[in-house]
Amino acid sequence: MIAPDTSTPRAAYEVRVCAGSACVANGSLQIAQRFEEAIARNGLAGSVRVIKTGCHGLCARGPVVVVGPDGVFYPAVDLDAADRIIVSVLGDREPVEPLLFRESPGADSIARYADVPFNARQQRIVLRNCGVIDPESLDSAFAAGDYVALSTALATMTPEQVIEMVRDSGLRGRGGAGFSTGMKWQLARAAEGDLKYLCCNADEGDPGAFMDRAVLEGDPHAVLEGMALAAYAIGASEGYVYVRAEYPLAVKRLRKAIADAEARGLLGKDIMGSGFSYSVSIREGAGAFVCGEETALIASVEGRRGMPRPRPPFPTTSGLWNRPTCINNVETLANIPWIVANGAEAYAAIGTGNSKGTKVFALTGHVHYTGLVEVPMGLTVREMVHEIGGGSSSERPIKAVQIGGPSGGCLPASLFDTHIDYDALASVGAVVGSGGLVAVDKSTCMVEFARYFLAFTQDESCGKCVPCRIGTKRMLEIVTRITEGHGQPGDIETLERLGNLVRSTSLCALGGTAANPVLTTLKYFREEYEEHISEKKCRAHACGALSTYAVIPEKCKGCGVCKKNCPVNAISSVIKEQYTIDPDTCVKCGICEAKCPFDAIIRV
Amino acid sequence: MNTRGIINTSAVATGAQATGVVEGSMVTLAIDGRVVTARPGATVLETCREAGVHIPTLCHDPRLEPYGACRLCIVEIEGMRGYPTSCTTVVAQDMAVTTTSETLRALRSDLVELLLSDHKVECLTCEASGGCGLQDLAYEFGIETSRFEGAKHVSEVDDPNPLIARDPAKCISCGRCVRICDEVQGCHVWGHTKRGFDALPDTPSSVSLLDAGCEFCGQCVSTCPTGALTDRVGRFRGRRWEVTWTETTCGYCGVGCAIEFATKGGQIVGARAPLDKGPNYGNLCAKGRYGWSFAQHPDRLTTPLVRRDGELTPATWDEALSLVAQKLAAIRDEHTGSAVAGLASAKCTNEENYLFQKLLRAGIGTHNIDHCARL
Repeated sequence: MIAPDTSTPRAAYEVRVCAGSACVANGSLQIAQRFEEAIARNGLAGSVRVIKTGCHGLCARGPVVVVGPDGVFYPAVDLDAADRIIVSVLGDREPVEPLLFRESPGADSIARYADVPFNARQQRIVLRNCGVIDPESLDSAFAAGDYVALSTALATMTPEQVIEMVRDSGLRGRGGAGFSTGMKWQLARAAEGDLKYLCCNADEGDPGAFMDRAVLEGDPHAVLEGMALAAYAIGASEGYVYVRAEYPLAVKRLRKAIADAEARGLLGKDIMGSGFSYSVSIREGAGAFVCGEETALIASVEGRRGMPRPRPPFPTTSGLWNRPTCINNVETLANIPWIVANGAEAYAAIGTGNSKGTKVFALTGHVHYTGLVEVPMGLTVREMVHEIGGGSSSERPIKAVQIGGPSGGCLPASLFDTHIDYDALASVGAVVGSGGLVAVDKSTCMVEFARYFLAFTQDESCGKCVPCRIGTKRMLEIVTRITEGHGQPGDIETLERLGNLVRSTSLCALGGTAANPVLTTLKYFREEYEEHISEKKCRAHACGALSTYAVIPEKCKGCGVCKKNCPVNAISSVIKEQYTIDPDTCVKCGICEAKCPFDAIIRV
Repeated sequence: MNTRGIINTSAVATGAQATGVVEGSMVTLAIDGRVVTARPGATVLETCREAGVHIPTLCHDPRLEPYGACRLCIVEIEGMRGYPTSCTTVVAQDMAVTTTSETLRALRSDLVELLLSDHKVECLTCEASGGCGLQDLAYEFGIETSRFEGAKHVSEVDDPNPLIARDPAKCISCGRCVRICDEVQGCHVWGHTKRGFDALPDTPSSVSLLDAGCEFCGQCVSTCPTGALTDRVGRFRGRRWEVTWTETTCGYCGVGCAIEFATKGGQIVGARAPLDKGPNYGNLCAKGRYGWSFAQHPDRLTTPLVRRDGELTPATWDEALSLVAQKLAAIRDEHTGSAVAGLASAKCTNEENYLFQKLLRAGIGTHNIDHCARL
């Protein structure tokens, strides 16, 4: 039923320049332009083609350029490097050896992107087309197989068969709650209503999480196809994508994708002549984290203040304008076309017992390779951090990971053999969540780390229910005073009492999980809290009020750089003797430590 | 009055025969082990209250849709995860509800302590004292001071209106003011503002109520469970336990709202409406709630006055009415009935207005009759 436009034949040789937000911010569009100009100048537009793709994943080495059928990988490309790559691309097409990826300076180069250790354990289903296709071209999406599953389902499957397939695949919602997608669809299909909605939740708000953004920027048609399949399954005729306004590139590409799909009859009335109609509009969020909670999302789409309401009734029974509404996350929906195309069994073959398929993680923190990672469910934290992330980016060992963003739990290195799946993580107090994964080394204070996440959720609380509005505030006040050296005996017990209260009595999942970072750090890093309170000591030297700077006499050469740079004149010296820092004057700005050419100043 | 769950008797009769399922039949459930029947569609909270079981709440008002914000009405229900709020949970057949347990009491007590930690406690002079939900709960749980002290909201609000006193430092953000203004009045003067701990019901851009389009019905004051919103008119004129409440019918218009006046020392100091009596079920307008100073105003006429020798002098009703009848009859006889016109008042009931036009049309013989139509 689909008739791809074949007027622009696929170029023989492709130069894929990453145009995800991170690489764009690092100048990738100028690099793409440099390639395009050179190709045009040489009259090779027919045989070499530049594709501005979505995220390749290895954001830590951006801007990323991948060239040719073998996928030769050039990391951190600048304009000079681009010129040298152009010479190769337009000439003998031999990889430009000095520009290739190396794990460390002097190490052997790795030419193919697929061979980079960061990619070794990955399996790309959701991100199958990210970094491959031009997300602003429907033909590019067609060429990669988008909309084939929708076409097949509309022609050969009943809605019930689609639901059964998704249910049997074992797919669970990737937005955080992990509810069975097939079961949710079943409820929505069974709900009575003349009009039903199928919405996409793209209000990705966890600090450090950018899975959904990458999918929307890299393969928006996969999400739209997933939405159309879901709408067909539950009997919805209208839908919204609720997307953060802070994702302008995603919004732009999504808007174009919707217009292109409508123009070709892939969305809107009578899709592909099947008689099935489904139209999609975009609603941009105004910056409230809580609007990712589905009942708050509904309120926001309806034009009201985004505040959650108690469930039941669940949105599948009474959602947008009191009509049955099914809300699925971006990543969940991007899985759907693959499942329909490859079958439930193929999907269920990936992953572990109750956690099937793959999961995309935003891997950040103190690891070598930060970026976007899609792995089969069931990898261990250690494999994630050390094999994919390349281990610590400093000489300090990784001491903890925070999985699941501000709702998640903090796991110590002793639990790094925990498998990353719904059940295993739950058993140690963490969650898969939406997929944020922050690894931190010993320079991170776990009390301060928990304080950061709690400050975020307190600030983002809608203020409706008492435990979330006041309970998290009191917890934040206590954690803050502990990091400032004013912790008191009994603070830990009060934190635990309040944490359990907030967890037990909050109205929605934001409050219900807000205490997790504090409760898990109290569980696994209790001694750090105790040291802060009783010894007024921060072992990570990260809490300003509890640490000071000192000069190591053996290393100090008396050069005076520190004294010259100190903004508050806290450093003094007697001629030809060592320098000293007056702790009462010192404001702990850290400039002396950074400026000392002999590493003679340390935080203690 | 909340009408959800009221049985449609005709549906019971026909539905039972047609389907074998009794539509609208009563639901049986256990509350703390006691078997109770409930109206289908009723909430657990409503059912408990009807059964005489006390569950604390602060954000609930029977005039408003269930909200679930204060979390104090949490209960345990077999087969349900966590602690559902009874105000938002609808009863189901064979449901087993626990309303009191050590865990529930501890959780509720901690919630009240949290509320008190952000509350300006000045019960000595607070107008709400004696009728304050938070004060009652602090007493119920024996909370003398909160263990969770920290930052507090401040009282600063510049609102010079003469009727409604606002004190954000006593607000518990239950949203009842916002909801009654939205759901019952349709005025939308109040809204939720800000986020996190700073979240607070407020007017748009924090303007005064005078500038916010407020009609001063005082419904927000009537639903506020604390001293955050109080009546300015009766301020410092009578504590809740000092006044006598007298139930009567509001004399302002023909609706005939049930109203209660508070008096102290023979003076009216406030008005409210009982939640359980129609036609208004707890609601009042600005005139009923605040417009009662005329009742005991020194300028108010308490007897008819008749002009004698150019001076208005007190007279009996018989004297006055006879004089009016006599003059009207004389005008009619001399100039026909059309020379007379009557203006009726919205303060009268329909029946009174009907009788008035009857008097004018049949008694005096004029069609010149009109009505002020508003107060």
